[in-house]
Amino acid sequence: MKFTTSRRETLGLAAAAGLAALLAPRMSIADEPAVAAEIKKLYGDKKIESGKIKLDVPEIAENGLVVPINIDVESPMTDADYVKAVHVFADGNPLPGIVTYRFTPACGKASASTRMRLAQTQNIVCVAEMSNGNLHMAKANVKVTIGGCGG
Amino acid sequence: MATQPTPRVRVPAQAKPGEMIEIKTLISHEMESGQRKDAAGKTVPRKIINKFTAQFNGKTVFEADWNPAISANPYQSFFYKAAESGEFTFSWKDDDGSDYVSKNKLTVA
Repeated sequence: MKFTTSRRETLGLAAAAGLAALLAPRMSIADEPAVAAEIKKLYGDKKIESGKIKLDVPEIAENGLVVPINIDVESPMTDADYVKAVHVFADGNPLPGIVTYRFTPACGKASASTRMRLAQTQNIVCVAEMSNGNLHMAKANVKVTIGGCGG
Repeated sequence: MATQPTPRVRVPAQAKPGEMIEIKTLISHEMESGQRKDAAGKTVPRKIINKFTAQFNGKTVFEADWNPAISANPYQSFFYKAAESGEFTFSWKDDDGSDYVSKNKLTVA
């Protein structure tokens, strides 16, 4: 059994691959024109920073009809400093908008999960608006394998 | 699927003051996206739940604007910081104008 990879190694490799996938796309929406247009409609040409958002989506979705998504935005969620809104977009869908969340300090935590439909392999873009007007963005790629047998 | 959408909500019955509770909701609804075509090639008209609102004692705490990209039988979870006892009112707004409502009590002690 020389060539078997241990569970630990496999996990390590998977984590490294995931990290690489996260770091690989530069923080820019230039390659998602439909999403860029939607964001421009909402916030104009305002500067968007990266960070603060944890966008949790599967790397590979077997079924594009039900893809879990979890968003977690780092914020103290006090009356003075909280996350006002979070928008989620998908570039490869017929309509780019997926969902908009509006949080209040009463939430205690800017975190929400739902399930979405994805028409094809594409990037998910998430934009968070803070109570002070700052914008943050996160991006993740989801591979959609229709039929569920890989491909 | 002509059945009346049934909301299902999971809220802890009790919480300590300041405790972060997770609220999980699910409602049965086909979420017809308006992108699909039927056998005759005609577009199936859109019929989705476009807004989910959570209120506590009449004050809105969380809102979600759903687009057609949300899966059928939409699931939504979020958090709430327990402060006082009261009642949650969850409402789902359908494209056809109907409202589906669920009320859940929370005791903070």
